[in-house]
Amino acid sequence: MNYYLWPALFILISVVVGLVRILRGPTAADRMMAAQLFGTGGVAILLILAQAMQMPSLVDVALIYALLAAITMVVFVRCQWRSHENTGEMEDESH
Amino acid sequence: MENSLNLAAVTFDGVLALVLLVLAWQLLRSPNLFKAIVLFISFGLMLSLAWVRLKAVDIALAEAAIGAGLTGALFLTALDRLQRNNQKAGDSLTSQPGKVIAGISVLALTGILGWTVWTLPPFSDQMLALVSSNMPISGVENPVTAVLLNFRGYDTLLEIGVLLLAAVGVLAVTPSAVMVADSAPSPILILLLRLLLPFIILVSGYILWIGKYAPGGAFQAGAVLAAGGILLATAAVRFNLSASKALPLATGIGLLIFLLVALATMMLRGNYLQYPVAHAGTLILVIEAAATLSIAAVLVLLFVGVKSDADCPAPGEDSKNFIFEEENTIK
Amino acid sequence: MSLTDLFGSFLLLLAIPFFWGGSLGLLRFPDIYTRLHALTKADNLGLGLVVAGSILISKEWTVGVKLLLIWLAVLTASTISCYLIANAARKRKINPWKIP
Repeated sequence: MNYYLWPALFILISVVVGLVRILRGPTAADRMMAAQLFGTGGVAILLILAQAMQMPSLVDVALIYALLAAITMVVFVRCQWRSHENTGEMEDESH
Repeated sequence: MENSLNLAAVTFDGVLALVLLVLAWQLLRSPNLFKAIVLFISFGLMLSLAWVRLKAVDIALAEAAIGAGLTGALFLTALDRLQRNNQKAGDSLTSQPGKVIAGISVLALTGILGWTVWTLPPFSDQMLALVSSNMPISGVENPVTAVLLNFRGYDTLLEIGVLLLAAVGVLAVTPSAVMVADSAPSPILILLLRLLLPFIILVSGYILWIGKYAPGGAFQAGAVLAAGGILLATAAVRFNLSASKALPLATGIGLLIFLLVALATMMLRGNYLQYPVAHAGTLILVIEAAATLSIAAVLVLLFVGVKSDADCPAPGEDSKNFIFEEENTIK
Repeated sequence: MSLTDLFGSFLLLLAIPFFWGGSLGLLRFPDIYTRLHALTKADNLGLGLVVAGSILISKEWTVGVKLLLIWLAVLTASTISCYLIANAARKRKINPWKIP
């Protein structure tokens, strides 16, 4: 059963690689795609772990991941990402 | 098979631990707050994976739902409010003696924590044996729910009271729990709402119900329901919580039901929260259902309360007059 | 391992290059619209393969139905999120990358 951990490991590595974009991404939208990344990658890891660790309740955790990733994304687009007329620029970061 | 050092398992856990450390370091050192928030959400989700690897699935559920998702949403709206009022967050530490003191304190704390973990007994199963032997009288089959709602019911009662206090505190500080969006929601967002909201309510009920048999329970179900409420709040043009009559009821009902059960058991059995064994399961379900509503109401209230002061005009309109007008009418 | 287990594991292994491709696209593509393409399409396809593999590996049909529901929910949420981000980016006048 632990052999299923290999695909989970590789998908985890791909999620980590995606996290580099979050650290580097010039605009705010790049950073926010982290939610999308976890929404699919994290769900996949959890589904594989459900088989690898023989715990069917992990499927419920995957469900929560999916829903919360969607919520975070909507909150970002609707409530946070605005052009601030005072500063006249977007979420442009230099770091 | 359980104890064997499997190469895949070791690599997986190793990568996870390393990523957690790097994420924590990056999010603490970045001066850009938005990047820090996104890293915080990622950190929360990775930590949830770590809980899963440690076989603590209830905590993983709560971490993913509340720690990563909802706290991230709260941070995002708080940051929005900061930026809208052009406030800056606190400056970072720049003085040399300050840095030295901070460094020494951090090292001392790490040392103390490390020493504490090192000297813990390798595996203490007394608690496990206690809980397992008392499971038949607890009324549920999930040991975590049994401990939370039956054996240590007091703590959960007080936790729900604390949640109520937090909601009251937020309401005391914000002028009104009204949230006005800056533009009408796009029809695609409405479509998402139509598709996801019923599903969220279903999932919340499912997690509440399954808390009896498998990882789940009131807090996780309340968090999912709150996520649905937040989705609704962000997609509405004007979301007025002050005028709602159901909201105070929903916020208070968890604590109310819990207290009623506590008083009833006090009168019947002489001890608070000592459930009669035959009805323990039903009582726990009733308490958890009320608590789910409460937790969801409080979390949505926190979200709307943080956001409510920050009204933004639609881009392109006469922005300054709109802001002053709104401020005068609210106050 | 039975035949269904073997085939399910094969599907899981097949999903890995899709996830890697999605992350690689996220890193290397020039602007946000192309990155959204990479992330949403490739990762969702990978997730579909993982779900298919998991359904084959777990023999109960109740778990299979739950897995299908999860896949549908993720599909809906991520496509709509992708559209929302792209729309908001367009309104903020982030221009797509043009071939130089």
